[in-house]
Amino acid sequence: MALLNKKDAALIKDPLFDNNPITIQVLGICSALAITAQLEASIVMTFSVIFVLGVGNVVISLMRNIIPSKIRIIVQLIVVATLVIIVDLVLKAFAYELSKTLSVFIGLIITNCIIMGRFEAFALANGPWRSFLDGIGNALGYGVILIIVGFFRELLGTGDLLGLGQKLLGHPLLGNPIPGELSGLYKYGYENNGFMLLAPMALIVLGIVIWVQRSRNTSLIESH
Amino acid sequence: MSLKNKLHEFKEKNKGKKWLPLFSGFHTFLYTPNETTHNGSHIRGADDLKRTMNTVIMALIPCLIFGMFNAGYQHYLALGEIKHTANGFFNPEFWTTNNFIIGFWKILPLVIVSYVVGLGVEFLFAIKNGHEIEEGYLVTGMLVPLIVPIDLPLWMLTIAVIFGVVIGKEVFGGTGMNILNPALTIRAFLFFAYPTWMSGDKVWVQGAKADGFSGETILGTLAQGKEVANSVLDTFYGFISGSVGETSTLLIILAGLFLIFTKIGSWRIMLSAIIGALIMGYIFNMIAPSMEGTKFYGLMATTSWHHLLLGGFAFGVVFMATDPVTATQTNKGKWIYGFLIGFLSIAIRVFNPAYPEGVMLAILLMNVFAPTIDHYIVQGNIKQRLKRLKTKTT
Repeated sequence: MALLNKKDAALIKDPLFDNNPITIQVLGICSALAITAQLEASIVMTFSVIFVLGVGNVVISLMRNIIPSKIRIIVQLIVVATLVIIVDLVLKAFAYELSKTLSVFIGLIITNCIIMGRFEAFALANGPWRSFLDGIGNALGYGVILIIVGFFRELLGTGDLLGLGQKLLGHPLLGNPIPGELSGLYKYGYENNGFMLLAPMALIVLGIVIWVQRSRNTSLIESH
Repeated sequence: MSLKNKLHEFKEKNKGKKWLPLFSGFHTFLYTPNETTHNGSHIRGADDLKRTMNTVIMALIPCLIFGMFNAGYQHYLALGEIKHTANGFFNPEFWTTNNFIIGFWKILPLVIVSYVVGLGVEFLFAIKNGHEIEEGYLVTGMLVPLIVPIDLPLWMLTIAVIFGVVIGKEVFGGTGMNILNPALTIRAFLFFAYPTWMSGDKVWVQGAKADGFSGETILGTLAQGKEVANSVLDTFYGFISGSVGETSTLLIILAGLFLIFTKIGSWRIMLSAIIGALIMGYIFNMIAPSMEGTKFYGLMATTSWHHLLLGGFAFGVVFMATDPVTATQTNKGKWIYGFLIGFLSIAIRVFNPAYPEGVMLAILLMNVFAPTIDHYIVQGNIKQRLKRLKTKTT
């Protein structure tokens, strides 16, 4: 017996690929540009959004029959804001350095269009279990792109990944293990690409991801 | 059977093959294809894209050769083996074989890498999309080695050229569809990705980084508020350090006249850019006395017409701003576009001491605005004619 029936599994799977919130719906671009210079920040952001969107969707879904539709946006905002504050405080308590690098962007999850979009489009019309799956699915779809972009930006921009082995591309295993000298690829004259750390390059990497995705699945290309 | 017929037959035989665009790319260099149009217009001008491109390349060759001599000259000058001599353009100290050899061996690889990589990407896209190879890279490939510092590592150039051709041009649909000038996209990529190789005082003279001597450009010296050793004539002839092929204003003016005479380059853009730069320079000259002591003073106090001879301004205006794809298309638009390029170049140059050359950023910025300028000029014209129509009918 499968854990999820087919319809529920699609709630998780669709936003990961064919209905990705970033590359297909083009939502949540701002944070994707701002925090992807580091892979670590991208991963933390992913988990934060998974938490906020998963829990938020359930809460909204539970309250969907009692929220007056005139003030639903305010109610949604309060729910997101509460969850975001929880995430922010947890990060400040347990990963202070990281919360400093992410600075305002955790707080700005409130304005992430994906979250309000899912509340409006899905949680207000569906039961809690399905809303939960939808929230997790969309947050994962968002996170996958964040992590892909963050991976390339940090690797090519700083030569490092998550602080693995000082400098990943300069690791002695890649050549010239003499201490005090340039090691790894740097020995051969390689240099980090400073452009990768600037926001325009995030947009270009994102564009390349979209390009690859659409050329693999041509049904995604809009006709106009 | 003549070679021409043989090639045509070969093409007929292999119709529909994947690699055929590759063959016809070389083929059309030698001969006009013996095909006639199947529909639409039957009158064709002789100055097709390939001929246009070749004309620009012809204009660039003197700059390239001068760049080779200058590379060696600057190298020996920095080493102290040549005493500074400025006896006119045909100065025998400058035109020596020794100078040429150094430049030749440093610059030829740049040219080769630029062409091989750039055309390689073009070929790949042509084969993938099944269309004929576009000639757009011919000029870009020659411009790129001329606007980079001489010691630039070749692998950086490779990455930048791939980036420039793919992101700057192919994603928009290839030659003729690009928004930004590909050569400048390549340079901008290099500048932001590897700033230590694209700016500062260690990159402009061959061997400066390795041997540790300084080869500051004139703009760099001025930005620091220091006195410039070179005479004005030196900057006009081009006996100064800088990117490979952009130092000689004299040769660039000749090339510009050649482009205007052959009607390849737009004189409106060139002239209006010079006017824009002069006006901006003049404004700065006016307010310079009150700015004495600030970090902007050095470049602000530079006489407005002297700005035209420094840095890549002349090269950018003649060869980059006039790129027919990315410039404005309407005549009125060309005046606005050129004027703003000149105006902004000098403004960026003065106000951005970290990067004392503004023409690259100014042209890229105006490339982005060019379609908007055209749009409003066309709309304005339509409105005017509608009005005329109304007054006639009433």
